Amino acid sequence: MEPVSFRLCSAPGREATGTDCSPGGSSSISGGVGERSREQLLRQTCEAVVLGALHPRTAITLVLQVLSDAGSLLSCCLNAACMGLLDAGLPLSSLFCGVTCALDAQGAIVLDPTTRQEQEARAVLTFAIDSTERKVLMATTRGSCSVEEMQQCLVAAQRAADTIFQFYRDSARRRYSKS
Amino acid sequence: MAQGGKMAAGSGKMAAEARVGQVVLPGDVLLLPARPEHDAEQLPLDSGAAPRGRLLCGPGLRRCAAGLLVTKCGLLRHRQPGGGATAGGAYWVDSQQKRYVPVKGDQVIGIVTARAGDVFRLDVGGSEQASLSYLAFEGATKRNRPNVQVGDLIYGQFLVANKDMEPEMVCIDSSGRASGMGVIGEDGFLFKVSLGLIRKLLAPKCEIIQELSQLYPFELVLGMNGRIWVKAKTVQQTLIIVNILEACEYMTSEQRKQALAKLSGN
Repeated sequence: MEPVSFRLCSAPGREATGTDCSPGGSSSISGGVGERSREQLLRQTCEAVVLGALHPRTAITLVLQVLSDAGSLLSCCLNAACMGLLDAGLPLSSLFCGVTCALDAQGAIVLDPTTRQEQEARAVLTFAIDSTERKVLMATTRGSCSVEEMQQCLVAAQRAADTIFQFYRDSARRRYSKS
Repeated sequence: MAQGGKMAAGSGKMAAEARVGQVVLPGDVLLLPARPEHDAEQLPLDSGAAPRGRLLCGPGLRRCAAGLLVTKCGLLRHRQPGGGATAGGAYWVDSQQKRYVPVKGDQVIGIVTARAGDVFRLDVGGSEQASLSYLAFEGATKRNRPNVQVGDLIYGQFLVANKDMEPEMVCIDSSGRASGMGVIGEDGFLFKVSLGLIRKLLAPKCEIIQELSQLYPFELVLGMNGRIWVKAKTVQQTLIIVNILEACEYMTSEQRKQALAKLSGN
């Protein structure tokens, strides 16, 4: 039983197709292994926070359309997914956010790298962090780095997550102030 | 990770009473005041310290070890216990949502999609279709069947609605009377709004409905699943009312009064 399914339409300018999706998830037309891997990571993170037990025998579909990609795409997708779930009113046990760190040749950590910084970096790490105890829900790495460097990136990401969660709170306040 | 455990200010655990009326996000824990410790050797003789009765944990909240865990984004509301101090009060989260989840006792507008033998299948906007037996109408017997076709609108209430079973609707109340439920007549216009607007319109002494009724006479059926059915004398009047109701969600009361004044002036 697959309760949460994702479709990620990544080419800017291409419409989000609703018709050509096979039962298992996204179709092969919409892109290769990269998109599929991103979908799996997003799905893993969402399944950890959505209270699926309250909606048995129900599929939750999250559709993300990439309008423009200036780097840190996966963490942008994670943040958008969290705000989408929040807006839809699905019961969640906590919020989550995505933070990308790039390690350049000297070992300096750059948060939210641009596309160019990602290409030139030695390693790019993305973490999904939850809001209650700043625990890691998902971690993915491209490139190679040492264990200490990963720990340092994780600490930096957890600190950066505070800013993102404050942004969520401010957006929610603005929305409910109008009613 | 010691640094990772720090919470940002303004989030995390706080007393429940302090957050009433504020925006809460999923993951926030609301602490309830602890019960006064009963000393085993002393009998609690003072009735002045009112013992906490049952606390009702409403939509958007779940019980957790420390208190109440928020699961939806919205404004935290509290209702004081009505009849004396033993009731305990209720907390819930007022959230804005467009998708409906069936709840027992809610009165909703359903669209008939199929007849399966003795049962009608209704689309109520939830994840499953609801079933409605043909005997669940006022005065219906096996010989005297109600006149319901596919595509009709039905206003009924949920008899059974939980996450494990298919929702069942009825068009009579517990004493067998229709009390306004049943097939909704011909003509009129059905449209969908968010659930928060419906709750606002159903509040007692709703200004929007009072102001609209001074504009034109009309019939209105509000379903808790976000569906509204309107019928006025002419098609144009019906559409005007529909547009006002849809726009009401985002207008302040001054803007609404201005819009209505412009229309009644025409």
